Amino acid sequence: MSSTFDTVANIIAETCDIERAKITPESHAIDDLGIDSLDFLDIAFAIDKAFGIKLPLEQWTQEVNDGKATTEQYFVLKNLCARIDELIAAKGAPA
Amino acid sequence: MRLEYFLLLDRIVDLNLDDRTIRTEATVPTASTIFEGHFPGHPLMPGVLLIETMAQTSGWLIIALTKFTRMPFLAAVKEAKLRTFVTPGQVLAVKAAMVHDGSGYAMTKAEIRHEGKLVCNAELTFRTVEFPSPDFRASMEKIAAEIAFPMEALAHG
Repeated sequence: MSSTFDTVANIIAETCDIERAKITPESHAIDDLGIDSLDFLDIAFAIDKAFGIKLPLEQWTQEVNDGKATTEQYFVLKNLCARIDELIAAKGAPA
Repeated sequence: MRLEYFLLLDRIVDLNLDDRTIRTEATVPTASTIFEGHFPGHPLMPGVLLIETMAQTSGWLIIALTKFTRMPFLAAVKEAKLRTFVTPGQVLAVKAAMVHDGSGYAMTKAEIRHEGKLVCNAELTFRTVEFPSPDFRASMEKIAAEIAFPMEALAHG
């Protein structure tokens, strides 16, 4: 569904004062949209609230720092939205 | 308060891990070199130190909620309002509440009152990281003891 992307794009537009039309599924939050790590905390907060999840930012950062993942895997918006959908699904799954 | 050491709280009055709130108390010293410059003949507690007082109160709440495993570092100050002057000798009641406990960050709302009147309030963001070193953690434990941090509360809940 596209609703995850729309919600995330709207959050980014509002939080970082970025024109909504410039935000696409292919946008890299850091490289293309110029969002720094501090601004991303506000985005993460809004995403956590909007979807009732907790983005594992520490884990992602660690994986990137350790060379086990690329920033594209987590910060290109279509990939970010896929991670969000996974977290939402995991939340709804029986323990 | 010991302004020169950046210790802005005197004691923790209440820590509620269930409600994720904390209350602290701080008395503005009657004399400090800071007041010699801020301002000559008209001593006022600097607003940035009031914000730091709210940050330290929030910080101890975060330390408590993470059971002394994480060190919060102030990252953002939003909606800070400095509503009235604070002068030497005033006793301040500080409150903070956790707004969001994120992954590697936390957000709080905090306020300071004097004799019931709202002095200032703000929304604060912290990065939360592992203690940089055992010595760092030990120094924080030492301060915790000085301000009556209820270490025993961490064993419960």
